[in-house]
Amino acid sequence: MANILTTETVTKRFGGLTAVNTLSIEIPEKSIYSVIGPNGAGKTTFFNCITGFYKPEEGEIVFNGRSILGLSSDQINHRGISRTYQNIRLFSNLTAIENLLVGQHPLMKATLFGPIFGTAATKREEKAALEESLRLLNFIGLAKKGDLLARNLPYGDQRRLEIGRALASKPKMLLLDEPTAGMNPNETEEMTKFIRHLRDELGITILLIEHDMRVVMGISEKITVLDYGEKIAEGTPKDIQGNQRVIEAYLGRGTAGQVNH
Amino acid sequence: MEQENTTSWWRKAIQSGVIGGIIAILAGLIGMIESFHARDIIAGRISMGETLLLLIVIGFAYSSSRNEQLPISTRVTSGVITGVVTSLMIVLFLMLGAAVNLRSIFVNASPALYKILTLEIANTSLAYIAIIVIGAVVSLAASLVHAATPFWKRIISSGFAIVLLLALLQDLIRISLTPFPFITSVLSWMFGRRGQEGLSILGAIVVFLIVAGAIYNDAKNGAARRARREALPEAAKRTRRWVNWGLLGLFLLIWPQIAGPVLSDVTNSVGLYILMGLGLNIVVGYAGLLDLGYVAFYALGAFTMGVLTTTGGEIFFDVRWTFWEALPFAVIVAVLAGIMLGIPVLKIRGDYLAIITLGFGEIIRIMFLSDFLKPYFGGSFGIVSIASPTIGGIVLDSPQTLYYVILAACFVALFVAHRLRDSRIGRAWKAIREDEDVAQAMGINLTATKLLAFATGAAFGGLSGAIFAAKLSTVYPHSFTLITSINVLALIIVGGMGSLPGVIVGGLLLAGLPELLREFSEYRLLIFGILLIVMMLNKPEGFVPEAVHKREFHEDENLSHAAGG
Repeated sequence: MANILTTETVTKRFGGLTAVNTLSIEIPEKSIYSVIGPNGAGKTTFFNCITGFYKPEEGEIVFNGRSILGLSSDQINHRGISRTYQNIRLFSNLTAIENLLVGQHPLMKATLFGPIFGTAATKREEKAALEESLRLLNFIGLAKKGDLLARNLPYGDQRRLEIGRALASKPKMLLLDEPTAGMNPNETEEMTKFIRHLRDELGITILLIEHDMRVVMGISEKITVLDYGEKIAEGTPKDIQGNQRVIEAYLGRGTAGQVNH
Repeated sequence: MEQENTTSWWRKAIQSGVIGGIIAILAGLIGMIESFHARDIIAGRISMGETLLLLIVIGFAYSSSRNEQLPISTRVTSGVITGVVTSLMIVLFLMLGAAVNLRSIFVNASPALYKILTLEIANTSLAYIAIIVIGAVVSLAASLVHAATPFWKRIISSGFAIVLLLALLQDLIRISLTPFPFITSVLSWMFGRRGQEGLSILGAIVVFLIVAGAIYNDAKNGAARRARREALPEAAKRTRRWVNWGLLGLFLLIWPQIAGPVLSDVTNSVGLYILMGLGLNIVVGYAGLLDLGYVAFYALGAFTMGVLTTTGGEIFFDVRWTFWEALPFAVIVAVLAGIMLGIPVLKIRGDYLAIITLGFGEIIRIMFLSDFLKPYFGGSFGIVSIASPTIGGIVLDSPQTLYYVILAACFVALFVAHRLRDSRIGRAWKAIREDEDVAQAMGINLTATKLLAFATGAAFGGLSGAIFAAKLSTVYPHSFTLITSINVLALIIVGGMGSLPGVIVGGLLLAGLPELLREFSEYRLLIFGILLIVMMLNKPEGFVPEAVHKREFHEDENLSHAAGG
């Protein structure tokens, strides 16, 4: 299978700190790929580099055969990458439906004059967008909650709405930053199913940051482990589980030794 | 622990009483009470100055009895203590005033002020007792409101608020009733006698009872009535809506004939403020870009209109266009300026943006004021002899005719703002307001979206300025100071950020009321400031908060709405 996203020696520095160091990964199309690592390993920074929020000092990022390095995050969204955030960042004073409508922004065309004069094209577009939002609302399991303000939704619903918003722009690839953070085992189980469903039904490539090892090992096809911004391991869940360096990175050298004994 | 609690409410009650007293005394020392005394709320009985004092006592007593953890008796006691302490402070002030000549420091500590504060009772000790008794009674009444159910609280507070509002606006009501001598004579018992201001005692009581009755009726039958209205067929509902809008439209159309020239002029000022408010609401309310230099666009619109239409012949350009020819240019100049301001501030957020836009507003004003550009803009003398709009040979130069131009402009602006609110671009604005980074990550082009907000907002400002120039037929740089920007921002905040009805309410309150209460204009900013602080503490979302647009449950109605209108 072809790779949808490849990064080559991507490096991001903040002053003297190298948050991401010469990171090269290859993400096959329609795969579920996880990036894991201890806190501060540079996972979210790496996400921010891919989505154009940060510009890496070195390296190259190729998406779908074209370089996206140096593009702004809205242009990258237009190319087909959409994301969610570790700490939920919905448009909290807009309703759930409005969040989904904003998500469809890049697919819509209307500017100033269409809505002002109420042209037929704009009305058609609005109607289609509303229908699509209602469909998405159903898909993410938030039917009947569409008119609630995002900030008034329960935590789990907010997580799902954020994914729905990311899906609204019909991305080819979805970046999920800790989608099960703060969830109980049941909710986590549901979310895991939902993510797999996204890939199987919609054919979207998923890049995942996750701390819950059961989730990671359960759904990932391939995993990259970061520590201090560097890749320390790469492979299938099985490879990673047995990898000595990974265990050390997570538990510390001494402890890792004790575990092995 | 128990001990601590009991002493703390005591202390708090006395504390608020002292603060209330200080505020009451300050209001006297800055001359507010004396100048407010010139106007009556209840004709011949209670003046505005006295009302202010009473409101201070009521307000502090009410808030000091607000602590819901205490038993009601303690709360009432606490309120009364506050009221008595406030009155005591006033008495102390009067004693001090009698012993020492305060006037050498405080100009306003005049015999007239003492006379008002002593309730015009000659015997001083009797007066002091009367003050304390009134303070106690009023604060008792105010804190007893807490004991009442929310329903009664609503009746009492709305009743008093409306009586107060009617009394303040009695000028407006009486003038607008003059064309109808019959109604005037029927309602004459409501107001004071000829030459007196304010409501009569009977009028105040009747108004209070009407308001109370209406609220009572609404609580009793309102739900049933609403349900009945909801049950009406769609067609009937639509007819009803149209009839309501038609009546409002008719009223707006005949308003200047009812109001007469003076009130029409006030209405026109309000209209221009609403127009600016609608523009700034797009920038600040929708897109969340805090712009403190909005007056710049107003000035650019006004000066463009002036330069292009003046027949004074004193400035370099002497094109002598008509109002209608110049109007689009005024708007275009403002839009271009909006984009020019927008480009350098694209990456700037929050407070920094506010400071930069503030600077921009001043730059534009100083540019018009400068000697260097005097041949073009007239320097501090400004531009005179600006054309009035004409329609089919009729010159619209009186307030009563110009009103229609402003009404039309407001209508257009309202329509545009309304249409944009729930469009793709309106949602993009709101997304930027909520979270700029996420909005960009969702594919929103920040540059284009922000510039559109600045440009659209500037267009309304330019339009308002152009009409302003034609209204006065002269423009001076001095008309375009920072305070105008702040007024417009304040009216949006008071009305409700992002809310269109809020802009209208804010405009009526913050631009209309000051015009009607001109004699107190020196306290305008003080009152604005207090109003803003109170709003921010108690009702930060404004009087008419931005409505949540329901889509899901009224899906069909919405879709037909979008398709049909």
